[in-house]
Amino acid sequence: MAETAREPILEVRHLVKHFPLTRGVLFKRQVGAVKAVDDISFELFRGETLGIVGESGCGKSTVAKLLMNLEQPTSGEILYKGEDITKLSGRALKAVRRNIQMVFQDPYTSLNPRMTVGDIIGEPFEIHPEAAPKGDRRAKVRELLDVVGLNPEYINRYPHQFSGGQRQRIGIARGLALNPEIIICDEPVSALDVSVQAQVINLMERLQDEFELSYLFIAHDLSIVRHISDRVGVMYLGRMAEIGTDREIYEHPTHPYTQALLSAVPVPDPEARDRRERIILHGDVPSPANPPSGCRFRTRCWKAEQRCADETPLLAVPEVLRDAEGPVRHPSACHFAEERTVVPA
Amino acid sequence: MPEQRDTPGPGPLAAREEAAAEAMTVSSSPETARSLGSDAWHDLRRNPIFIVSGLLILFLVVIAIHPSLIATRDPLFCELGRSLDGPAPGHWFGFDAQGCDVYTRTVYGARASIAVGVCATLGVALIGAVVGGLAGFYGGIWDSLLSRTTDIFFAIPLILGAIVFLSMITLTGIWPVVLVIAALGWPQIARIARGAVITAKQHDYVQAARALGAGNGRMLLRHILPNAVAPVIVMSTIMLGTFIALEATLSFLGVGLQPPTVSWGVDISAASDGMQFRNAPHILLYPAAALSVTVLAFIMMGDAVRDALDPKLR
Repeated sequence: MAETAREPILEVRHLVKHFPLTRGVLFKRQVGAVKAVDDISFELFRGETLGIVGESGCGKSTVAKLLMNLEQPTSGEILYKGEDITKLSGRALKAVRRNIQMVFQDPYTSLNPRMTVGDIIGEPFEIHPEAAPKGDRRAKVRELLDVVGLNPEYINRYPHQFSGGQRQRIGIARGLALNPEIIICDEPVSALDVSVQAQVINLMERLQDEFELSYLFIAHDLSIVRHISDRVGVMYLGRMAEIGTDREIYEHPTHPYTQALLSAVPVPDPEARDRRERIILHGDVPSPANPPSGCRFRTRCWKAEQRCADETPLLAVPEVLRDAEGPVRHPSACHFAEERTVVPA
Repeated sequence: MPEQRDTPGPGPLAAREEAAAEAMTVSSSPETARSLGSDAWHDLRRNPIFIVSGLLILFLVVIAIHPSLIATRDPLFCELGRSLDGPAPGHWFGFDAQGCDVYTRTVYGARASIAVGVCATLGVALIGAVVGGLAGFYGGIWDSLLSRTTDIFFAIPLILGAIVFLSMITLTGIWPVVLVIAALGWPQIARIARGAVITAKQHDYVQAARALGAGNGRMLLRHILPNAVAPVIVMSTIMLGTFIALEATLSFLGVGLQPPTVSWGVDISAASDGMQFRNAPHILLYPAAALSVTVLAFIMMGDAVRDALDPKLR
């Protein structure tokens, strides 16, 4: 996708979120901080899907919460159409919330068990009465149920009467109610069966075309992210390791972490599976409360040298690849970036 | 915003077929829409413990409101000449030391006991839910302050505290007893309410409501409270029984209700003199049995309600 001429709809600049670690019952004092998100920048364009991948605990969900203004960032900016939304409050924040909505990971806890489906999907209209006149709301809710492929007759049922896939559709319908421009999806299918995952992903793609939505799609399943995303960002321990179009990341990864991650993707062809190279990482992810100096990945990287401990690699097109042509040339936060094909095409 | 956003066309055929296929997984009769509350009610109606305790409580409440339905005499009409007499025609429970009809007094005693139990429970639930709810919802410094206050009250032994306060107060009637129980009994409910609110607060649907722009009031009233109220109801029902017993204990110790108020505690206290008990055990037996049955009924009811509301047992 050509994105040079387009204005980003959402721009994240140097976003940082540290959760303080405190000790003491009544008089709390700070003894450290979990650096959940540490200086992340990216852009989201209208109508595109940006996938964010990374293993558990790398800060993906914190990014989602920060973008939804459910958490206050320690520093950094989130610009929605050029306006920093992290400092908004009251009416202005409520107005922005209309345009940025979220689909949650677990469809079993994201719907209030004591409300009917009609009340759940209709709640956005109650909070934003200007979005739909009172008499129309019921009809709107039925329409939304139809849009996400559920029978509008289910309007009076309760969440526990639905399957996981159906519940996630209800969550999507709630997200769509206010006609948002951006939907943040925090692992929207990881709690579902594989067959249902496909249905929900296809539904989301259809809705994207229909309503010109921009998705920020957070997941740990690399194949799903590749299927739905236009661009992909790889996160490791609170930082962005590599970002680029899906082709750049999946076929021409230059960051060792991305390469290791991709080499773990199951390959359905047994012969190709035997031929491919598995990169086995040793050790565990370091604690985000006490991350390594310099490059976050150096403790597990086979290329690590002294320079990696002294100097933090920036997320930019690496120097060695600056003159390269084609999809290898994309931002990668590594001093020793080089292409290595790990997924047989 | 582009116009087609506001008028989404009907979903493609494929989606409709999917929906039709999925519809098969949900039983298709339209009357199956049931909330968790009505599910619980459905379960309760089949639970023999609930039926027995429910009927018992219904009976007790009815005679507490209208004791004259089953007892035609005046509980304060006593004939000293029949003091400690055994059962006689028309007086099947016998007479107490003052010559009053034990049956009539036992029936009339229900009113004071149940009134104290219900009022004290309402007070405890109200104070506990508000304190615990606020501590759980706002967290931080409010949680620290309110939780430590709760701990302070929790550390006061209920009976000891009640004896001290009631012996200083000169008012009579049920209200001093109710107030003392409410003032000292709420910490247990507050702790449960705080825990329930903290659990409910972490659910994604509360985050979803906040992401939609809901205010604190809407989140508390529509999302957190309905999902946190079940343990408070269960605990309150169980505590109701213990408060009735507590009222009897305090009356027995001479600091609770005072004659001429008719209550089981007062009667048990009057009947527990060693000589009287040996000569006329019936005057202790009947009010004590009534008290035990009442306390048991409320505790059984609380147990049954807890089982019905516990989603893990579904």
